[in-house]
Amino acid sequence: MAVTTVEEPIMTKPQIEDLETVTIRFAGDSGDGMQVTGTQFTATSAIIGNDISTLPDFPAEIRAPAGSLPGVSGYQLNFSSRDIRTPGDEPNVLVAMNPAALKVNIKDLEAGGILVVNTDEFVENNLKKAGYAANPLEDGSLSGFRIFRLPLTSLTLKALEDSSMPFKQRERCKNFYALGLMYWLYDRPMEPTLKWIEEKFGAKPEVAEANVAALKAGYNYADTTEIFTVHYHVGRATIKPGKYRNITGNEATAIGFITASQLAGRPLFYGSYPITPASDILHELSKHKNFGVKTFQAEDEISAIGAAIGATFAGHLGLTGTSGPGIALKSEGIGLAVMTELPLVIIDVQRGGPSTGLPTKTEQADLLQAMFGRNSECPVGIVAPSTPANCFSMAIEAVRLATKYMAPVFFLSDGYLGNGSEPWEIQRFEDLPEMRVKFRTEPEGFLPYLRDEKTLARPWAIPGTPGLEHRIGGLEKQNITGNVSYDPENHDFMVRLRAEKIQRMQQDIPELDVFGAPHGRVLVLGWGSTYGAITTAVEQLREKGCSVSSAHLRYLNPFPKNLGYVLECFETVIIPELNLGQLALLVRAKFLVDAVSFTKVKGKPFKVAELVDKIREYL
Amino acid sequence: MNENGQAIEGANGHAAVKLTRKDFQTDQEVRWCPGCGDYSILAQVQKVMPELGIPKEKIVFISGIGCSSRFPYYMNTYGFHTIHGRAPAFATGVKVANPDLQVWVITGDGDALSIGGNHFIHALRRNVDLKIILFNNRIYGLTKGQYSPTSELGKKNKSAPMGTIDYPINPLSMAFAAEATFVARSLDVDPKHLSTIVDRLAKHKGSGFLEVYQNCNIFNDGAFKLYSDREVKEDRMIPLEHGKPLVFGKNKDRGIRLNGVTPEVVTIGENGVTLDDILVHNEHAPEPNLSYILGRMQYPEFPVPMGVFRAVERPTYEEMLAGQISAAIQTKGAGDLEKLLNSGETWFIN
Repeated sequence: MAVTTVEEPIMTKPQIEDLETVTIRFAGDSGDGMQVTGTQFTATSAIIGNDISTLPDFPAEIRAPAGSLPGVSGYQLNFSSRDIRTPGDEPNVLVAMNPAALKVNIKDLEAGGILVVNTDEFVENNLKKAGYAANPLEDGSLSGFRIFRLPLTSLTLKALEDSSMPFKQRERCKNFYALGLMYWLYDRPMEPTLKWIEEKFGAKPEVAEANVAALKAGYNYADTTEIFTVHYHVGRATIKPGKYRNITGNEATAIGFITASQLAGRPLFYGSYPITPASDILHELSKHKNFGVKTFQAEDEISAIGAAIGATFAGHLGLTGTSGPGIALKSEGIGLAVMTELPLVIIDVQRGGPSTGLPTKTEQADLLQAMFGRNSECPVGIVAPSTPANCFSMAIEAVRLATKYMAPVFFLSDGYLGNGSEPWEIQRFEDLPEMRVKFRTEPEGFLPYLRDEKTLARPWAIPGTPGLEHRIGGLEKQNITGNVSYDPENHDFMVRLRAEKIQRMQQDIPELDVFGAPHGRVLVLGWGSTYGAITTAVEQLREKGCSVSSAHLRYLNPFPKNLGYVLECFETVIIPELNLGQLALLVRAKFLVDAVSFTKVKGKPFKVAELVDKIREYL
Repeated sequence: MNENGQAIEGANGHAAVKLTRKDFQTDQEVRWCPGCGDYSILAQVQKVMPELGIPKEKIVFISGIGCSSRFPYYMNTYGFHTIHGRAPAFATGVKVANPDLQVWVITGDGDALSIGGNHFIHALRRNVDLKIILFNNRIYGLTKGQYSPTSELGKKNKSAPMGTIDYPINPLSMAFAAEATFVARSLDVDPKHLSTIVDRLAKHKGSGFLEVYQNCNIFNDGAFKLYSDREVKEDRMIPLEHGKPLVFGKNKDRGIRLNGVTPEVVTIGENGVTLDDILVHNEHAPEPNLSYILGRMQYPEFPVPMGVFRAVERPTYEEMLAGQISAAIQTKGAGDLEKLLNSGETWFIN
């Protein structure tokens, strides 16, 4: 990632300065609309051709007491004229809407960074709530930053003098005022947001007018008062030509599964119980009933997976989604799907744990739960998207593997991917894999556990099909006939067969690509949402001539068949993970490689700089 | 289809078919203990099935865990022996995926009311068209004799050698509270009554619940004997018939009268009581209050009611979901993937 240096202004007349990459963080109270502000800035930046990457960071409390530290909500975005893969390590700019937001976020702002504060909120009561003994705007503690003290609330109220909306509502427009300021500072057009306001608040013209007025007032204030002596231009990135849209991981997941259902030719059934950070998938899917999508908000996690398995038994694409605590509850259901050899996809949008843990923060610590978290030998396929947009492709992969092998497949996303966003080159339907499913219909010679020679899949024979009436269940099955069997030899055979079936997915998954040279000193091996930070770190080091490469696993069970070979080609293998070394444990066990496990469990993604420092130790 | 493979078009969207009890038997050896009440229930269900005129491939039996939950293995239909307590959830998925199927849930008192209490409640309240039969033997049989949520207070058994200190739950009260649209009770030792009620359950559209008093001759023998024995049943049980007064007794001279909201047993012809004073059963009452009162009546204070307590109609979950899907297609058009992928703000990079 390119680090931006902001030069001190030398002229009073605004001038335009070119920057390559900028990281902005908007921070305020959870009711201040910071997520909207952030997503608007993101959308506009994407539309004008920047590469972007975002990281929303919000509290678990819906409305923690106003002005309190736990109530701080943030949205960080990185936009650039070059290819970027992370939301940025340190913000270059921090917009702090109150003292609590300043307190929580100031430690991340780069030295000399731009700090915009809403001075109206820096009153005694709020300072106390944020734990400030003295006003930080006056005690010199912020002298290392380029600080802009603006009474954003009163400026907004002034701009909305003519509005007939109640005071509270007028005051709430201050996020658009701040957005206007930032649009001017970074030379962005207001049109995309104006259009969005019109669409969003079209039915409430008063609200729409007020937000438009606040946005324009903020922009014009910056333009006319010359408080900022410089404004900046971040040019278009060189991005692969194509049609793009901005997409969050959870949206990409939902749309990916709808696409998979169309490709498979089977309706999608989504059984889910609300849980952070997976609920947005339920919200998104429930909007698309015209695709025949059936969403079932179950009474609990167990019912959610039970209904999904029932729907699969009846011929739908059964899908259930949750986060770590929900997976714990679904374990027995997953075991039944393994035993009955039904295709099922289980989405786990991982969050900080154990137990309730950090509901809104990210973590990658459910890998071993997905791999082993059930009674007995209970193998499942596991895929893990690497970026928000990649959730789309991996959703399709999960369905492809589950239906082809008649087995459950995990889709391991996480809070960072689910809520993070990036531009996505819109896929064309004709470029997607052929994966239409076939049910067994021929009664002649039918047995429920007959097997396909290549995949070991049993036939999918759905209720309603004449002549194929059969019973399945959680008791051990005799191979081929599917009858209940307690025979020791059969059980041993079936346990191994279920494992072999998952292993055979290997013949259907792509080999692992190496980024950088195929041989060298260090290989950084990652999985899931660490892709952006790892690749950026490795790219930076390679530009400096270091012998380092990276590889990123999107298939974790089974592993790609060349993984062992790739590992052998490097002197040292470093495995960075947001857990205590779960992939490292698997890789060590399976390949007897003395991999270096580099871990962090702070509820936050890796910073590029952290990875660069770690890798350097082994170069 | 019948044995000759001929299908005949019938009512209810199903092809009317001529099947026999035998068509519903499987080649699997039935493994319940000799003398178990489950045999009777299996026999009655297998007797009713061919009379429904539904092809057997359109019938699904789903069960949880427990003695009763082996049931699907013995029915030559589609079947799914799932996990403990969760059968209603699986059944909901099956019915929602394919409303054309007739979906049965076979469960027990531990399965439905203890580990699966939550699913039982929610399947009923959603009015998913499921036919739930609860085999209530007031004991855990498969795990060999622990007390169940319907075991009587003080019952001595393997896990309560000094007697249970758990107050039992009333399955019917739970069903009423969960807004079930069909609630009934029958018993294993009265095959005629049982088959009549199974038939009613089969024909009800919506969440149907049938409690069957079922004798476990190994761990809880004679649990219902005090009122189900041939010699006493007419005096100790009361048949529920829609539109008819609640009378019982060998001489049909006793009845249930309401005193405020409290039921009482009265003798017709005594103390000026006439047939007009006797409560008339109404299974179609919009509110389940009266049915609830009947469901609470227990021996020996009252005769035990047998039959259909409640049978009302309202739209089912799967119908309403299908309705929303049609409405979405009507307003937005059938799903267009190109449009979905290209939705939101898009831009071109050249």
